[in-house]
Amino acid sequence: MTQPPGSAAPAPAVEAIGVTRVYRGDGVAVEALRGVSMRVDTGEYLAIVGPSGSGKSTLMHLLGCLDRPTAGTLRVGGRDIATMAGNELARLRNRTIGFVFQSFQLLARTTAVDNVALPLVYRGLRGAERRRHAVAALESVGLGHRLNHRPSELSGGEQQRVAIARALVGGPQVLLADEPTGNLDTRNGAEVMAILDRLNSDQQVAIVLVTHEPDIAAHARRIIRVRDGLIASDEPNRARVRPRLPGDSEDDEHRPEPGR
Amino acid sequence: MRTAEALRVALDALRANRLRSALTMVGVVIGVAAVIALVAIGTGAKEEVESQVEGLGSNLILVVPGRVQFGSAPTVSRLQLSDATLLGRVAGDPRRVIVTLTSGEFARVGAHEEFVSVVGTNENVPEVVNRPLARGRYLSATDVDTRRRVAVLGATVADRLFGDLDPIGRQIAIADVRFRIVGVYAEVGSTFGVSRDEEVHIPVTAQQRLVGVSRIDALAVKANSPGAVDELQPRLLQALERRYPGEEFSAVTQTQILGTIGRILGLLTLVLAAIAAISLLVGGVGVSNIMLVSVRERTREIGLRKALGARQRDILSQFLTEAVLLTTIGGLIGIGLGVTGAAALAAYSPVPAVVTWWSPVLAAGVSAAVGVFFGVVPARRAGRLDPVVALRSE
Repeated sequence: MTQPPGSAAPAPAVEAIGVTRVYRGDGVAVEALRGVSMRVDTGEYLAIVGPSGSGKSTLMHLLGCLDRPTAGTLRVGGRDIATMAGNELARLRNRTIGFVFQSFQLLARTTAVDNVALPLVYRGLRGAERRRHAVAALESVGLGHRLNHRPSELSGGEQQRVAIARALVGGPQVLLADEPTGNLDTRNGAEVMAILDRLNSDQQVAIVLVTHEPDIAAHARRIIRVRDGLIASDEPNRARVRPRLPGDSEDDEHRPEPGR
Repeated sequence: MRTAEALRVALDALRANRLRSALTMVGVVIGVAAVIALVAIGTGAKEEVESQVEGLGSNLILVVPGRVQFGSAPTVSRLQLSDATLLGRVAGDPRRVIVTLTSGEFARVGAHEEFVSVVGTNENVPEVVNRPLARGRYLSATDVDTRRRVAVLGATVADRLFGDLDPIGRQIAIADVRFRIVGVYAEVGSTFGVSRDEEVHIPVTAQQRLVGVSRIDALAVKANSPGAVDELQPRLLQALERRYPGEEFSAVTQTQILGTIGRILGLLTLVLAAIAAISLLVGGVGVSNIMLVSVRERTREIGLRKALGARQRDILSQFLTEAVLLTTIGGLIGIGLGVTGAAALAAYSPVPAVVTWWSPVLAAGVSAAVGVFFGVVPARRAGRLDPVVALRSE
């Protein structure tokens, strides 16, 4: 596990202590999380895996401050989010968290550079400055030549790279990726994973993968298995995929399951 | 989020649904145009009537029997010709009083017959009211004293009965009594919708015999100056009430008539504007409706924006800006249409229409306010959306 140099113990970027989340609707209460404790340390590479309905998406929403726990404590950057107002949570999402979604979630009629600049709009930056940051972020994911393309003019892999650039542009501590390769073919998926690997190793951005695909989870250094709203296991990943650089030859030895 | 950014996003959203945005605007356009046009018509009517009343002269006091008020039946006059002398004394100059005794009669020249308004009056017409002659002369004191059968024709009457011929010196039969024409008035237009050009003036004494009465209908007294009106008015009434104990008389000035007419037409304008405002309200409901649709359609976008750090306030202002932009653009188009329509009415129809400076300003303000009012519910709904739920929506 890589630790930021100079710190004795890795500072938790996000920490959940005994967190539960109950959804109430139509008179039925559904316990999506039933007491989860975990932490995401600065600069670490974590995968949360589990079957659908296990509560892993709920956990990701909580870690990303999109939602509040029903009970238990959630700390982001050392602060309990229960004490924070909605605007403060929005600020936290804007500055500390980056999201990458399975379905990319790009604005359809907006160019790549404007999509990437969107988080900076809510930071109150001026147009020229937003653009400068957005161009840099797009260049870092290899899309410097696609600035003014709209999502419909980009391939799926390119769209997800735009989404990653958008998650990065605000300089987050934690990047939450929900099934980032779920809508991509193998080659594009590998490309996206390579970018995430590099982000983690080069920029020390903590990455949390939420996935049900073992070969995606295999990129992480630690794997948390969630089942029925509880953490079933939380252990280092012994069979870690070596981060690949774009241009490496296709390498199937880490893909134990050929089909999906 | 900065205002410029909010405007850009809103404009983008409106452009994405051009037809829908345009149709939604139509409601506001029609509402605003109707308010502008109807207020212009109300204002135009008021100004026209006021200018007619002002044409009477601001020094003029009209004296009529009975009490002038809404809903009261006209009183049969007991005023006599000698009252003109009395009021002339009160006013300090006998030439400042005119009398009227009016009846509708058939006037005939040869085989041509016209229904006219015959006004018995005296020699003071040129002194008291603004009534220029086209040709000939006014009625004279001798005409009145000797009950001479002479007549001065209004412009329209002269035109209809004689056409291009010069009527001066010719005969006219009024109620089968022959009168000699001594003058023709220049065209003066109408007052309160009654054309002054369809009048025939004859000496009041001749008119009294024609109608078979010894009374007169009313008197008009001209004060020295507009400032003297208020002082003269009660003295005229006192003199009359002393002569006719127990009778009531009214003396109304131009200012009072203007005040009354102004109130009536102001109310009329208000009613017209209120009717038009209802259509603006309906347009506003349309905006509200479309904004709700827009929020629903863009639920996922809202969820995304929140995930990226948009505050509730940012989302609210985004949708509110969109609604206000919708109604403001609609309002501006409506103002253009209303002003053009009012100008066209004034130019090509007899309907008077005057666009006041404040009505477009007010309309622009109101349409923006309509956007805020009808946009706030959908915008708040958008702002309060739960990002998790919003992101998951299809």
